[in-house]
Amino acid sequence: MSDQKTLSPPLKPFVKRDDQGKPYLAGTKCTSCNHIYVGERTICANCYARDKMTPHRLAQTGTLYVYTIIHRSFPGINTPFIDVIVDLDDGAHIKGCLEGVAPDPEQIEFGLPVKVAFYERAPVNMPDTPHLTYVFEPLAPNDKDQSQ
Amino acid sequence: MSDVYIVGIDMIRFGRFPDRTVPSLAAESALLALDDCGLSIKDMQALYCGNLGQAAGMVGQRMLGEIGQTGIPVTNVANACATGATAFRDAWMSIKAGIYDTVMAVGVEQMGKGLLGGGNRGPSSEGLIGSGTMPAMFSQIGMEHARRYGTTFDQFARISVKNHWHSTMNAKSMYRKETPLDEVLGAEMIAWPNTKLMCSVNVDGSAAAVLVSEKKMKQLGLQDRAIKVRASEMSSNPFAEREMAMPDFSAATRVAAKNAYEQAGVGPEDINLVELHDCFATAEMVHYENLALCKDGEAGKLIDDGETQLGGRIPVNVSGGLLSKGHPLGATGIANIYEVSTHLRAEAGDRQVQGARMGLTHVVGGGPGMGTACAIHILEKA
Repeated sequence: MSDQKTLSPPLKPFVKRDDQGKPYLAGTKCTSCNHIYVGERTICANCYARDKMTPHRLAQTGTLYVYTIIHRSFPGINTPFIDVIVDLDDGAHIKGCLEGVAPDPEQIEFGLPVKVAFYERAPVNMPDTPHLTYVFEPLAPNDKDQSQ
Repeated sequence: MSDVYIVGIDMIRFGRFPDRTVPSLAAESALLALDDCGLSIKDMQALYCGNLGQAAGMVGQRMLGEIGQTGIPVTNVANACATGATAFRDAWMSIKAGIYDTVMAVGVEQMGKGLLGGGNRGPSSEGLIGSGTMPAMFSQIGMEHARRYGTTFDQFARISVKNHWHSTMNAKSMYRKETPLDEVLGAEMIAWPNTKLMCSVNVDGSAAAVLVSEKKMKQLGLQDRAIKVRASEMSSNPFAEREMAMPDFSAATRVAAKNAYEQAGVGPEDINLVELHDCFATAEMVHYENLALCKDGEAGKLIDDGETQLGGRIPVNVSGGLLSKGHPLGATGIANIYEVSTHLRAEAGDRQVQGARMGLTHVVGGGPGMGTACAIHILEKA
């Protein structure tokens, strides 16, 4: 129980820990149309099915769909950083930051294979409270096996 | 159902008026629109008032408090960047439905400077899980176009060069300064590929229109400058594959565009000018295709060939657009209708699109995790 108490809160509800304390991204799968959502849902926005949604642990790897490099953000946010939309390998789509790549359009490729990595970081409006969150990092050749 | 006509329409020059109130800004354009058709507030049977920043503030009633409390029904409307156009469409529907003959629509906004976006409660994810700023959202949309078609930084920037040039001919624009390509490219980078000069300007402003039934238009003898509303369409975001990660402004625009062309019984080739939602240079690029001004993948060529500048095949945003005229959220939708109406009346001066008979206006807005509101109107000289 004491371990439980020291765990940092998730930055978003879909960032979760399993029974072993290992972080993962939680999603929902529609068993009617197979669309996969980030986070919990009860009704499918795509096929409108009700009671067809099942919990789904999102893939840990994917590819970069599109990106932008943020040079101007809200006060207190360090810039530049790379904002990406990633197509996860299970078909889910998710936004995040890409790290481990220079924030330079010449250095970023559409379709770049990436993996999900978890960190504890403090939001700008709660600088003393680290939260569990995730980033995307370039996928090294041997990462794919380990992440499954 | 009666056809609906605009007989009075006007806007204030967009700018920054921190000492004014929202209702007083609305009142100014309301009076201008009434004067444009020689009618009085006593003649209005209903008011539809669009405003986002004070959506709970009964702006329409407070405006009537300044110019005449006639006791008419007032509906206050908030619908993201489609707010003004939604108020206009509500006014149009009330006449279409046969409820009223003479109705006013007003759109108004008072804005601070700076970035829009974010605003969720709880811990901020800004900079940790990407960015929730408007520039981030609309830059991603441009990058999606670049991914599909190889669209370049220069091509996006040329949209801003064009719209800033257009605004030098519009006395009601916030900015009226040419920005050559190197200046646009070299401006502060906000979110790749949008530099500061490729982001719309947050300003204060208002615009208003007086709409009437065909019978009323003839009764009043206002045919000469009347503008016929050939189509009024709205849409929200239909399901799109990536919408949970990146808001989709294209699908909603395509739905509304298809329905608007059908309602008017015309095609994009019949349109002489377009005022579309250039909240960012990247947005104007994708909307060329969404509004079927060109085929998918040809938007970059359209700007390269100068087809969307004044004098081109299909001039877009000759007012200066949101990029230079400014973007007071709730006013933008009616200001676009004012611009097209002014050309159809052949009263646009130096920026007049010669021989304009029919024009299209488009606004679309929304936010991360929210959804999209789109409105399209097709207007014709009566």
